[in-house]
Amino acid sequence: MTEQTADGLMLAADGKPLKQSLNRALRRQKLRAFLLIAPLLIFVLVTFIAPIGDMLFRSVENDIVADTLPRTVAALADWSPDSGAPPGEPVYRALASDLLIAVAAKTHTQLGTRLNYEDSGFSSLLRGTGRDVDDMGEDVGKALVAVDPVWDEPVTWTNLLGDPAWISAQADWAKAGDKTPEPPFVPSAAAQKNLPLTAAAYGDFARVMQTVKEDSPTEKRPWNTVAVSLTEDLKANPSAAAAFGADWQPRLSAVVAAEQGGAIPAADFMAAFTESDKAWGTPQPWEVIKTFSPRFTSGYFLNAVDLKMTPEGIAPRSEAERVYLMLFLRTMVLSLVITGTCILLGYPVAWLLANLPARTANLLMILVLLPFWTSLLVRTSAWKVLLQQQGVINDLLVWAGLVADNNRLVLINNQTGTIIAMTHILLPFMILPLYSVMKTIPPSYLRAAKSLGATDWTAFWRVYFPQSVPGIGAGSILVFILAIGYYITPELVGGAKGVFISNRIAYHIGTSLNWGLAAALGSLLLVVVLVLYWVYDRIVGIDNVKLG
Amino acid sequence: MAEGAMANDAFVVFDRVQKSYDGVTLVVKDLNLSLPKGEFLTMLGPSGSGKTTCLMMLAGFETATHGEIRLNGRNINTVPPHKRGIGMVFQNYALFPHMTVAENLAFPLEVRKLDKSVRDEKVKRALDMVQMGAFAGRRPSQLSGGQQQRIALARALVFEPELVLMDEPLGALDKQLREHMQFEITHLAHNLGITTVYVTHDQTEALTMSDRVAVFNDGRIQQLAPPSELYEAPVNSFVAQFIGENNRLMGTVTEITGETCVVRLDSGDIIDAKPVNVSKVGDRTQVSIRPERVETNKARLRPGVHTLKAEVTEFIYMGDIFRTRLKVAGHDDFVIKTRNAPDQIRHQPGQMIEIGWLPEDCRALDAP
Repeated sequence: MTEQTADGLMLAADGKPLKQSLNRALRRQKLRAFLLIAPLLIFVLVTFIAPIGDMLFRSVENDIVADTLPRTVAALADWSPDSGAPPGEPVYRALASDLLIAVAAKTHTQLGTRLNYEDSGFSSLLRGTGRDVDDMGEDVGKALVAVDPVWDEPVTWTNLLGDPAWISAQADWAKAGDKTPEPPFVPSAAAQKNLPLTAAAYGDFARVMQTVKEDSPTEKRPWNTVAVSLTEDLKANPSAAAAFGADWQPRLSAVVAAEQGGAIPAADFMAAFTESDKAWGTPQPWEVIKTFSPRFTSGYFLNAVDLKMTPEGIAPRSEAERVYLMLFLRTMVLSLVITGTCILLGYPVAWLLANLPARTANLLMILVLLPFWTSLLVRTSAWKVLLQQQGVINDLLVWAGLVADNNRLVLINNQTGTIIAMTHILLPFMILPLYSVMKTIPPSYLRAAKSLGATDWTAFWRVYFPQSVPGIGAGSILVFILAIGYYITPELVGGAKGVFISNRIAYHIGTSLNWGLAAALGSLLLVVVLVLYWVYDRIVGIDNVKLG
Repeated sequence: MAEGAMANDAFVVFDRVQKSYDGVTLVVKDLNLSLPKGEFLTMLGPSGSGKTTCLMMLAGFETATHGEIRLNGRNINTVPPHKRGIGMVFQNYALFPHMTVAENLAFPLEVRKLDKSVRDEKVKRALDMVQMGAFAGRRPSQLSGGQQQRIALARALVFEPELVLMDEPLGALDKQLREHMQFEITHLAHNLGITTVYVTHDQTEALTMSDRVAVFNDGRIQQLAPPSELYEAPVNSFVAQFIGENNRLMGTVTEITGETCVVRLDSGDIIDAKPVNVSKVGDRTQVSIRPERVETNKARLRPGVHTLKAEVTEFIYMGDIFRTRLKVAGHDDFVIKTRNAPDQIRHQPGQMIEIGWLPEDCRALDAP
């Protein structure tokens, strides 16, 4: 029998706490219930929630700058835009290295597109400089070849910098001539120790050649940045030659001597960049790179509410660039208007449906449902035919003499068109919940009210209407939420003045490919709907909503 | 009865009222009815007999196809329901679910634009009248069926109408509560002196509550009479069959002498009866006799009356009474009821007995 422990817990027959026994008994049931919904849950998670989550994540994700320009971002860490001057030579050198890799992989255009959202002109800046970056430091490379033509040979570099084991493996691979990929380049320990910049720069070059271009580094002359790095390394460590074999010592010593003699000029990437585009000589592009270098950004969200991030902080966008707040506002207002017209038009129909004899009501119900069975696209296109200036409605009005022929109404490609077409399309979503609520209100309430002395209007307003409010609530929330995210109809009949925020989202997804901004706008829309839902719950109470 | 004299002091009058919904058949055929102020009249009948339609015409929710309905001497055919000032209690009470009990009661006063202080006073009085004063702040859904019934009653009375209509108001209650409410409604109606028209298909309710009962069938009033007359002196076979338990035997009139007649049953047996709906020898008739008026003790019968042989087929002990089923003159659904008295015989199935009755208890009615 059940007993109680000292602290008041009920015990089951076996002496274990009753709660624990109950939980164990329920666990099996819960598990079974979960297994029943598991297939749908997994399906929804995989095909719906995960992609949406990934999409929404793009609204804050900003890996592209840090991934494409890692050296530049690191070099810029010490630079502050407050100085008012462009950064120093090492930053230019770092950008040159990053750009060489990016141009080979063609990722510099993507970066340009991304930074163009924040600062228009960046795309062309990067494209232009991308074309020039190959030639930067050319004077150093040429000077090196003038010292010793052997530096023009690609093999010279692999032999100087490559690990002996890699060199023999590469030779075996070249001899075999098979289709397997070339063994990845490995720098020698001596090169890494004594010529660190050169080893690193050449390592990047060899990697890009092997993976992106599918060429052998033994057949391609390295970038000028490698030659520049070599002169830098030898300048910093003139005795580095000692670490290499006897063949190399005279060659490297010759370079050292030429350098000391002034035959090899010092590399000036800053000048090269400025020559490529004057903008690089100003702090401005560097500010943009530094501002958007973090891996997460609020830039898309700021953009979505017509703000922008500047080095000085968050600032409003210029008048001409502000579109999204206005679009959000328009979406809200038009959705409210559409919900209102749906209530006005749908309420009497729902009342008729609920109160007519079954035969007539069924016929009417079919008429209400008919639009549901027609494609949304077809219905919207039909409205185009009806509403246009040479369309059916205008023709009728002109024929009836209500409108002058030279003064036809503009009913389409504006907000009127959006309101008319969307009201028609969303009307069933208002009528059906209203009908299902009205169906449950017995006619005897109205009779009772009248027998108590109420006029028809008072009986309706005081007795019938309050009981139909849950239906209005359900219909409104349905229509409003559908309207706020509507896309096809505003796109087709809304013109420029009647489009919704969703059309802008679609534009950024499909045309401008600014997925981050699209995701930010979508997230905001989702938040707005959730907030409205919450407000609605507080005011009307979601328990009062009946969907059927 | 002289209709002109009746009409003068009649409060509610139906004058040759007809009603058709489809223009083909009449639901109410030539209805004439008048009731004086303060009367409790019940309309009783099977479903589809036209009683609810009559009530709805009186309330104003249906219009008469032909004829005139007068309230207090005024023709109300074209008066809309809200101007008739008739209180009404509906079958499912029709309490407004979004209002509290007090708001429900205040509603008729509010639409009559009474002051708030007057309203509150009247609502309080009406609630006290049905002993529901403590429930003013509740919603109808928080009340039991009986409590809702009382509120519906109070709401129909709160604006002090002179006429109250009730459409099967007790149909949704259980038996015990129903009997209790029958009692309360009758008392309330008599104490307040309200004229009441009550619709029901429950004959016990009709008999226990009403001053007069109008039995409806086939769109006509079959009989309009006080309960005792209705039960003891039904004017036709429908009323006899519909009100209370009844034994019927089919036969032909063979002799009429003043207040009695002789009927030869189809089985050949001869019985005595009181001619009600038969006029001449040779008329087909259905004779009707109440189970409790059948006598099995020959000593108590008037000498010379005809008796019938009967075979006991079933004996049912019901506590206060015994119910014995007999096979009489070819009918095996003949029932007699006897009081559970110390000297009462308990018949055994298979037993042959002799039964008879006073000729005035056996009514020779029309043959349906």
